[in-house]
Amino acid sequence: MLIQKKSDIIPSEITTKENFENRRTFIKAAGASLLTASGLLTGLISNSAIAASSRQKINAYAKSKYGAEEKLTPYDDVTTYNNYYEFGTSKSDPAIESRLFKPNPWTVSIEGAVKKNKQISIEDILKIAPLEERIYRMRCVEGWSMVIPWIGFPLSKLIQWAEPTANAKFVEFISLNDDLMMPGQRLHVLDWPYIEGLRMDEAMNPLTIMAVGLYGEVLPNQNGAPMRLVVPWKYGFKGAKAIVKIRFTESMPRTSWMKAGPNEYGFYANVNPTVDHPRWTQSSERRIGGGLFTPRIKTQMFNGYTEQVGQLYTGMDLIKNF
Amino acid sequence: MLIKFYNALKNNIKNIILLLSIIPLTRLFILGLNDGLGANPIEFVERSTGLWSLVFLMITLSMTPLRQWSGINNFIQYRRMLGLLMFFYASLHIISYVWLDHWFDITEISKDIIKHPYVLVGFTAFLFTVPLAITSTKAMMKRLGGRWKLLHKLVYLIGILAVLHFLWLVKKDHTEPLIYASVFLSLIALRIAHKFRRRH
Repeated sequence: MLIQKKSDIIPSEITTKENFENRRTFIKAAGASLLTASGLLTGLISNSAIAASSRQKINAYAKSKYGAEEKLTPYDDVTTYNNYYEFGTSKSDPAIESRLFKPNPWTVSIEGAVKKNKQISIEDILKIAPLEERIYRMRCVEGWSMVIPWIGFPLSKLIQWAEPTANAKFVEFISLNDDLMMPGQRLHVLDWPYIEGLRMDEAMNPLTIMAVGLYGEVLPNQNGAPMRLVVPWKYGFKGAKAIVKIRFTESMPRTSWMKAGPNEYGFYANVNPTVDHPRWTQSSERRIGGGLFTPRIKTQMFNGYTEQVGQLYTGMDLIKNF
Repeated sequence: MLIKFYNALKNNIKNIILLLSIIPLTRLFILGLNDGLGANPIEFVERSTGLWSLVFLMITLSMTPLRQWSGINNFIQYRRMLGLLMFFYASLHIISYVWLDHWFDITEISKDIIKHPYVLVGFTAFLFTVPLAITSTKAMMKRLGGRWKLLHKLVYLIGILAVLHFLWLVKKDHTEPLIYASVFLSLIALRIAHKFRRRH
């Protein structure tokens, strides 16, 4: 007599192929990060050794026309003091948690009010316009600032290539949404993916750039590799990092920070010492790179770029449109 | 031998607490002298001294429940000292804010206090710690009599304000301040539970 033994495994317990593979990638990523972590703990690999191994010079770029006369913020500060919640909410997190991030291969989608939806690889983006250095002040909404020698190209060049239609009134920038490479996204501190936006004339302003490098080198992961937005007259959070999608829209995009705190973060987010934030003083700022005994400095209207961008806002109530 | 060691330990608990309590300050000095305070050293000092005053506040507040629930009366001997250590770190916190962060710019500081709720509650909490520190001596205890106990109930208000100060300062990730909030609430709950236990 044949006695058939029923399987111990109920069908709902069987892992689907997709789940299985997800788990495998996750385990691999976790294993790799454990490896780096343990290496760091035992001191086998020093912090700077890891950074140095991935540092890569950019060969061809023009020196800056926009050379701010201020002292540059040291490279180590620019690359270890970052607000990049995709890699954790502490400022030291991004430099550590972005080590496994892969900025290559990378494709950016162009969508919305354009003649034709397009996709473009990061290599091809770099061919659109010659790279140039721009030394810009960067003012964070939290009341600190840096001076950073970016390498990039005017966003206007990319927009011209994208061929937006007459309906395009705003540009929306969407960052990568991938919690395997960006462990901070496992926490829902923000509504992922990170979304930022600009009005069309702001995006076309010659000061607005897409940065792909800093300090003469390829953009480090923790600073937004492979490509990030830099809008020097606005608070730092406007600078979307690791951009995967650019969408042209007719209506004003709702950005991640607008969703997170509508009373605290506006769409415009222009640096403005006369409009205070509920948490931080905006009339002065701390320049990173000074020691314990360096006093604050006064914050300038439009972060000191009034001459270049002031005309964009003539007749606008900047207190209402903060 | 072991008993001797145990006795030495027991007789020197206050000294041991004092020695341990200066570790955070010593660490700041060592880091400061070795360029180890990071990109924003002033923020580092402000955060560190603020956090340690909150930690000492929680430790101070745990002495009463420890006594109540363990029945060991000795715990109460360390309460004043721990409270003063909280005041010590809170003072360093305020000094770093007034001096390092704002360079005694009284107009900027008063604007900051009035306009920003987290600064306002933090500053108020510090103001309340001052009378408690002043009246912490035995002589003051005697002079104030019954009013001393009432005055020192202010510590609960300080606890609420300090936790709010931390909670409102944080931009998005509230995990850490919520941990302190729950520790604080647990310490209060233990006191209330003890009252009920005695009644039955």
